[in-house]
Amino acid sequence: MGARQREISVSEFFTKNRHLLGFDNPRKALLTCVKEAVDNALDACEEAGILPEVTVQLEAVAVGAAAVPAASQATRFRITVTDNGPGIVRQQIPRVFAKLLYGSKFHRLRMSRGQQGIGISAAGMYGQLTTGKPVKIISRTGSRAAAQYFAVQIDTKKNEPLVLENKTVEWDRPQGTQVAIEVEGRYQKGRASVDEYLEQTSIANPHVRLIYRTPEGETKDYPRAYHELPPSPKEIKPHPYGIEFGMFLKMLQESKSQTVSSLLSSDFCRVPPALADEMCKAAKVSPRAKPRDIRGAVAETLYQTIQATKIMAPPTNCLSPIGEKAILSGLYKQIKGEFYTAVSRPPSVYRGNPFIIEAGLAFGKAPDSVAKPEKQSMPLAEGEHEEGDSELARVIRYANRVPLLYQQSSCATFKAVLATTWRNYGITQSRGALPAGPMVIFVHIASVWVPFTSESKEAIAEYDEIHKEITLALRECGRRLGLFLRRRERAASEFRRRNIFELYIEEVVAACNSLKGGKLPTEKLKAQLQKIASSRTGGIKTDETLGKTGAGPEGLPHSIIVTAEGIEGEAPAIAVPAVAEVSEKQPPAKQNRKPAAKAKPAKKKSSKSATVSIARKAHPARKKK
Amino acid sequence: MAKTKRTKNGTVEKKLIGLADMVIASAQRGKDPTMEIPLRALSNVTFNPRKGLLEMGSKKQARSFFNVGMAKKFMQTILVADALSELQRAELTTSLREIYYRTKHTIQDSHENTFDTQDESDPIIEDLEVSLVALREELHVRAENGGSVVGPLVLGDDGDRVDCAKLGKGGYSVPSIVEPEYVEIRRCTADFVLLVEKGTQWNRLSEDKFWRRYNCVLLTGNGQPPRGVRRLARRLHEEYKLPVYVLVDNDPWGYYIYSVIKQGSINLAFESERMAIPKAKFIGLSSADPERYELPRNVGIKLNEKDIARAKELLNYQWFQKPAWQAEIKRMLASGLKYELDALANKDFQYLTKKYLPRKLKEKDWLD
Repeated sequence: MGARQREISVSEFFTKNRHLLGFDNPRKALLTCVKEAVDNALDACEEAGILPEVTVQLEAVAVGAAAVPAASQATRFRITVTDNGPGIVRQQIPRVFAKLLYGSKFHRLRMSRGQQGIGISAAGMYGQLTTGKPVKIISRTGSRAAAQYFAVQIDTKKNEPLVLENKTVEWDRPQGTQVAIEVEGRYQKGRASVDEYLEQTSIANPHVRLIYRTPEGETKDYPRAYHELPPSPKEIKPHPYGIEFGMFLKMLQESKSQTVSSLLSSDFCRVPPALADEMCKAAKVSPRAKPRDIRGAVAETLYQTIQATKIMAPPTNCLSPIGEKAILSGLYKQIKGEFYTAVSRPPSVYRGNPFIIEAGLAFGKAPDSVAKPEKQSMPLAEGEHEEGDSELARVIRYANRVPLLYQQSSCATFKAVLATTWRNYGITQSRGALPAGPMVIFVHIASVWVPFTSESKEAIAEYDEIHKEITLALRECGRRLGLFLRRRERAASEFRRRNIFELYIEEVVAACNSLKGGKLPTEKLKAQLQKIASSRTGGIKTDETLGKTGAGPEGLPHSIIVTAEGIEGEAPAIAVPAVAEVSEKQPPAKQNRKPAAKAKPAKKKSSKSATVSIARKAHPARKKK
Repeated sequence: MAKTKRTKNGTVEKKLIGLADMVIASAQRGKDPTMEIPLRALSNVTFNPRKGLLEMGSKKQARSFFNVGMAKKFMQTILVADALSELQRAELTTSLREIYYRTKHTIQDSHENTFDTQDESDPIIEDLEVSLVALREELHVRAENGGSVVGPLVLGDDGDRVDCAKLGKGGYSVPSIVEPEYVEIRRCTADFVLLVEKGTQWNRLSEDKFWRRYNCVLLTGNGQPPRGVRRLARRLHEEYKLPVYVLVDNDPWGYYIYSVIKQGSINLAFESERMAIPKAKFIGLSSADPERYELPRNVGIKLNEKDIARAKELLNYQWFQKPAWQAEIKRMLASGLKYELDALANKDFQYLTKKYLPRKLKEKDWLD
């Protein structure tokens, strides 16, 4: 027995347990590969301070000698992801793409999309496993360096990269990285598809320009709607609250510090020397004691004391929230609606890990999509009703800006959405179900260490602190939505009240005229009745209130309201590229650095006062609905 | 639409035009145009024990234009009045449904229809009937021909002689307007009138020529009898002194049909005077019959919640306070079962004709 026991390499382990990494079935595998490559590309660009521009290309690939099948029938795909990032130095390329658990992100407490350094190499390994093809990389670190081409595979036994080919190639991009992986997969649209993933990515990352070439040959361009890079997150030291006792003992043993006090103040964040001394004294440990001498009961007392001491929350500059403005831009850009709002919560901490919850909400249907003129003029027949909406809200979830597409129901965000009483905000909600209505609920958690329920990073674990923050953010969104809905309802009912009389006066006058044999001075009667009507509904005063209660964004922070007449609030400017089909030959990095922020489409105005007046002026037009 | 024969449309049309005058006068004085409509509800209905009739009280409901809740109804009322006055001028009669279609249109510059369903226009016609004190036939509105009659009865309809003894088993379809101006009773030699709730049982009796053997007029209203049937029964009762017997299912709805024939309905209490037959008798199916006629329990139907609730309501109506009636309803509630007339077929297809009714008539086994 003993003779057969031997070490298992990580790669071997994951070969057999690929479902743990999100490669359970061909459809999901395709998504996971795209996701890992895109996450890597975005992280690389942002770290280098470059506004990312990422191209994702999916192509169906023939198996053997057969012809290339249609996208929906194909079983094999080539995924090519190209970014405009800083490129990777030659020596690192093989290990980055063909060695599991190799990366820059695992050993530090800093927010990033990837965490463990498994992702892209696991994708490569999956490709290797299912198609036998190597991962092909082109990377260029700058216009003066040559582009490097690599074809690498992973030695699953040793978890070491095998370089099959390496050469210098001509590349039309001044810098960036291109990864091509061939994998077994299935392409299907709809829920949890590559398309959905990329769309959601573009919502949460409005600073990214994303070009997607679908396997069906379509090109989708997700333009950039926000022209600032998110602030670069800082690396932090661990917070005393986030450390377990065993870890604390290890730190005591391995510390380079001379005294306990200096260990506490230099290896942890938020512990100034004075507080370190104070804690030592409280635990009856000499601040000057050597860390290595502290063990057993003494160490435990010290640990307990630290945990009981009030210590400032960890610094939050390690986090880079999306920001209310950017969330609004993202939602506004991708989702057609009438009302948008976004909330960023102040940072909070679970187990010593700082995190920020952000929530957003897009509600309703865009006015232009609702008001179809042909439909409007058609009177309803008996038994017909205005179509009611019974659809449920859609929840889109993000962790560190990465969309989460699977295991929705076990995710803390989804549970918090269910637990929120949306009825308080004027939205119908059945017991234990999502709120009903044309609504998209956006939830984002940003943290140095996002607590996922599994390695495949699909659902967020339910820590009380996290749950509370999500709930608070959702409630704030809900309150704003409720306010918007109530305001709109009030204006509408006031309007209806007035309208009723105006509409019916015509009818009554016509009928009276016909009763009187058509000999009635109708205009006179109409004027008389209208006079009574306006005196009964408050006359001009009502007109004014109507203008004011026209659901303006006053008092609704970080919200956008879209009406048939115009847009109110912080509507973003979307830089629409001049040509949809962007030629690969243009140097995209250069194009990126142009200050595109000034390019505002003519019809969408972001100036607040201007739009308010537009909306007001246009109000009487609404009567015609 | 048939041309009406004799019209006294002068007065009705004046009343309808009066509504327009009211609107014009109020508008001139800057007042909210308001009409008063007698309330048609149980709260405004009283039972007159002396006459044995339901009578409408004097409670009225104001319907004004400049009230958000009433504006639409007000507008609809004026529209219906206009349509009715058009009928008067053209000397046509029409149905409730045609009125609905005639007045339905989309209000200018809006999605809104003047009427969405007929349920909105029907009550308005009734409102006008009561508030203008005009009968439906005076408004030239007819209901569907809802009933049939056979028997030794000769009628004159549009100048045609209709001998109800020579119309096979189908009989004569009772028009909704049977006022003397429209339908004249030329001859009637029957001894009594039998009003049957269900068309199926009326067919049975008609097919078996029950009316010939027992010399009666057979009437049915196919459920709740329409005004024409009630009015015809009333005329036969009044003009030829015929007793009226009512044969209905043994359930709360059957009881109520009987009470409507006898005292009038809550909704049309203003017409009781003209329609009700206070001396009508309830011949069956009584809750005592299953036992007396040995109907097996398994042809009964369990009373559902609605039946029970309705029966309890009936117990409280003033006109069901006679001890015999209280006993009748309570017996049904106690048994927990209701019986259809059709259930008599369990014994024999012709049991109703050959056994049940003859015995009932012989024993004078009816409720008043």
